[in-house]
Amino acid sequence: MIAHRTSLRNKAALVATLALLAAAGCHKKQAAPPPPAAMAPQTVAPPTASITADPMTIDLGQSVVLNWRTTNATSVSIDGIGQVPVNGTQTVSPSSSTNFHLVATNEGGTTEANVRVTVRVPEVPAAPVSNTSSADEFHSHVQDIFFAFDSYDLSSDAKASITTAAAYLNAHPTIKILIGGYCDDRGSAEYNITLGENRANAAKTALVAAGIDGSRIRVVSYGKEKQFCTEETESCWQQNRRDQFSVDQ
Amino acid sequence: MSIRMFQPEPAARRHRLFRPAAVLLLLSLLPAASPLLAQDWVHLTAGNNNSEIRLAAASFRPVTTDPATLADKQTFDSVLFADLSNAGIFAMVSRSLAPQATPGSPSEINLAQWAQAPPSAAMVAFGNISIQNGNLIANGFLDDTRNSQYPQVFAKQYTGPAGDQTARELAHQFADDIIFRLSGGTPGISESKIFYSQRMGNGVKEIWMMDYDGANKLQLSHLGQDSISPAVSPDDSVVAFSALTHDGFELRMYSLLLGRIVHFINIGSANVSPAWSPSGQQLAFSSSRSGSSEIWISDPQGALSHRITNYGGLDVSPSWNPKTGTQIAFVSGRTGLPQLYIMDEDGSGVTRMTDGGYATSPSWSPNGQFIAFAWDRHYGPGAPGGQDIYVMEVATKRWIQLTHDIGRCDFPTWSPDGRHIAFANSPDGRDNHNRIVSMLADGTQRQVLTGYGADMPDWSWK
Repeated sequence: MIAHRTSLRNKAALVATLALLAAAGCHKKQAAPPPPAAMAPQTVAPPTASITADPMTIDLGQSVVLNWRTTNATSVSIDGIGQVPVNGTQTVSPSSSTNFHLVATNEGGTTEANVRVTVRVPEVPAAPVSNTSSADEFHSHVQDIFFAFDSYDLSSDAKASITTAAAYLNAHPTIKILIGGYCDDRGSAEYNITLGENRANAAKTALVAAGIDGSRIRVVSYGKEKQFCTEETESCWQQNRRDQFSVDQ
Repeated sequence: MSIRMFQPEPAARRHRLFRPAAVLLLLSLLPAASPLLAQDWVHLTAGNNNSEIRLAAASFRPVTTDPATLADKQTFDSVLFADLSNAGIFAMVSRSLAPQATPGSPSEINLAQWAQAPPSAAMVAFGNISIQNGNLIANGFLDDTRNSQYPQVFAKQYTGPAGDQTARELAHQFADDIIFRLSGGTPGISESKIFYSQRMGNGVKEIWMMDYDGANKLQLSHLGQDSISPAVSPDDSVVAFSALTHDGFELRMYSLLLGRIVHFINIGSANVSPAWSPSGQQLAFSSSRSGSSEIWISDPQGALSHRITNYGGLDVSPSWNPKTGTQIAFVSGRTGLPQLYIMDEDGSGVTRMTDGGYATSPSWSPNGQFIAFAWDRHYGPGAPGGQDIYVMEVATKRWIQLTHDIGRCDFPTWSPDGRHIAFANSPDGRDNHNRIVSMLADGTQRQVLTGYGADMPDWSWK
C-alpha cells in the first residue's frame, strides 16, 4: 500500500523544518545580498516518495520486504534503517508492529511516506502505557503529595490531589501505581522508614476509599534513605517529606 | 560563667549510675548568658584514684629474633596495651616508666622494681613471644607485685599460625584473660565484634563487621541494595538485617557460618529494625504488614510471627532486655514525636520512659539496668540542642547525657561487658558523614573506629 499522504503532524514538522532552514539560510548569507526567497520553490520541486511492505502483516519471526520509490530526491532515509538509496528494497524482520517512516529530501523540500507492518505476537501484550506522552499525562493527574513535619496525615491539598488521582486512575483501569514514602533527613533512619511507610499507606488508603483496587497499588517506604533535595533548609526538608507517585512497570 | 547543679536529683544518687568508685565530679556548666542554647552538661571525671588497678604491660621478650617474630611482637605489644587501656578499669603504667630490663619469664622479673615508683604497678603483665614451626607462641604471665610469696595470678600459653592477624588475636586473648581475672569475673571484650552498615555508593549499603577496636573490617553482604540495621544473634551465628527490595524493606538473614544469605519468610510491607531475644530463639522487629507499623515477634526463620503492639501510630526499634529476656524497649510515635517505651514481651505493661523531645534507637544494657538511646530533647525546626546519646536507668527513669556538641549521634549499642557504648556520629549532621565511635559508658575515652559512611553499629553479645 502506498502511504503518500502525510499526516497533519508531519505537515507541521515539515513547515517547522522549512522555517528553520530558511532562518539558518538567512543567517549564513548575511554578507551577500539574499536572493528572493520565493525563487527556491520555483527552481526545485519537492521530491515524491512512496513505500510499500509485503506482506503487511506477519507473525513474530517472519520477514517482510520493504520497497520504496522516490523521484527528484537527493537524500532518502528510513527511521530505524538509516540512509538508503533513492530507490530500493530491503528485507526486515521487526519484533513488534512498526511504522516504517521514509523521508525524502531535496533542495525544494521534504516528503514523507509511511507504511505500517503489523506483527502478530503469540500472547497479547498489555497496552503499553509508558511512552512519554502518557507519562506526562499521568503526572499531571497524579501528583506527588507533601506532608507536615513528623506527620502522615493528608493535608487538604493532598486530599484534593488524591481525588484528582483517583478519578484519573478510575478512568485508566490498566495503570498500576507505585507510591514511594519519603522523609526529610532529620531524625532516626529506622523511625523514618516507618513514617514513610505510613505516609505511603495513607495515600493508598485514600485511593482505595475512592474506589481504586488495592491490588493496583504498590507501596514502598524509602524513609530518609533516598532524598530529593540535600540542603539543610526547611524548603528542602519539605521537598523530601512526600509521597511520590509513579507508574508501576 | 556560673557553675550550678542542673540535675533535679541529688548528685550522690547519680553517682551510682556508673563506675561507682570512679566518679569524682558531677557538674553542670552553663553559660549564663545564653540559656536558650543551653544543653545539660553532666561531666563525670574518672580520676587517678585508687579504685583503678594500676597495671603495667611489659614489652614481651622475643625468644627468636628473626624479623617476622619482631614484627608480630610489635603488633602483640601494641594491641595488648590498647586492649587493657580500652577496658576502662585500669590505670595503665606508661611505657616510659617501665624498668629497663625486659622480663620474659617469672624468673627474670624483678617485681620490686615494678612495685616502686615511678611505675608503682600493682600488677604486671609480661611474657615472651617466639615463632616455632610456623606458629606464633606467646607465653603470658600476670603477677601481683605486692604478693612477694605467690606473685603469679596466672600463666597461659597462646598460639596460632604466625602472622599479624594471629598476633592481634593472641594479644586480645591475653588481654581478655587479664580483664576477666581483675574485673570481678566479667569477661573482656577484646574478641568481640561490631557489625554495621557501610555506604558503598549511590543508594547501596552493605553489612560489614570489624573487631571491637576498628581493625579487620570485613564486608559480609553483597546484595547491591540498601542494607541497614544489622543485629547479630547471641551465638554469633547469623546477622539479621533489613534490605530495600522491590517490595520495600525486607528482613534478611546472613549466616556467619555459611557465609551467605539464608532463608527468612517475608510478608511484604516495610520490615525493619530486627532485634534478637537473649535466647536466640526469637526475633522482634517492626512490620507494617497489618497496615500500620507495629512490633512483631517471629522465630529465627520468620515463622510463627505474631504482633505484640496494637496502637496505631508508629512502633519501631525493639530491643530486648538481655538479662531477663522478658521485656522489650521500643520507640513509638503513638503520641506524636517518637518516645522511648518498655513493655513485656507479650505486649502488656507498656510504660513510657521519656517525657518529650525525639527519642529513638534504644539499646538495653547487658545487666538489664540501663537503656542507652538517642535523644533530641528539644526537637523541632529551629530548636536548640542536638541529637545525643543518653542512658536511662530503667527502674527510676533517671537519665544522663553522654555526648555533647559532637554533631548528630544515633544507634548506641552496648559492649558485652556493659562498660562501653558504640554509636554512629555525624560531626556535621549529614547522613553520609556518619562514622562509628566507641566510648566508655560514662562518655569518656571516645575513639573513632571507622571513616565516613559507616552507620548503625551493633556490638556482638560476647
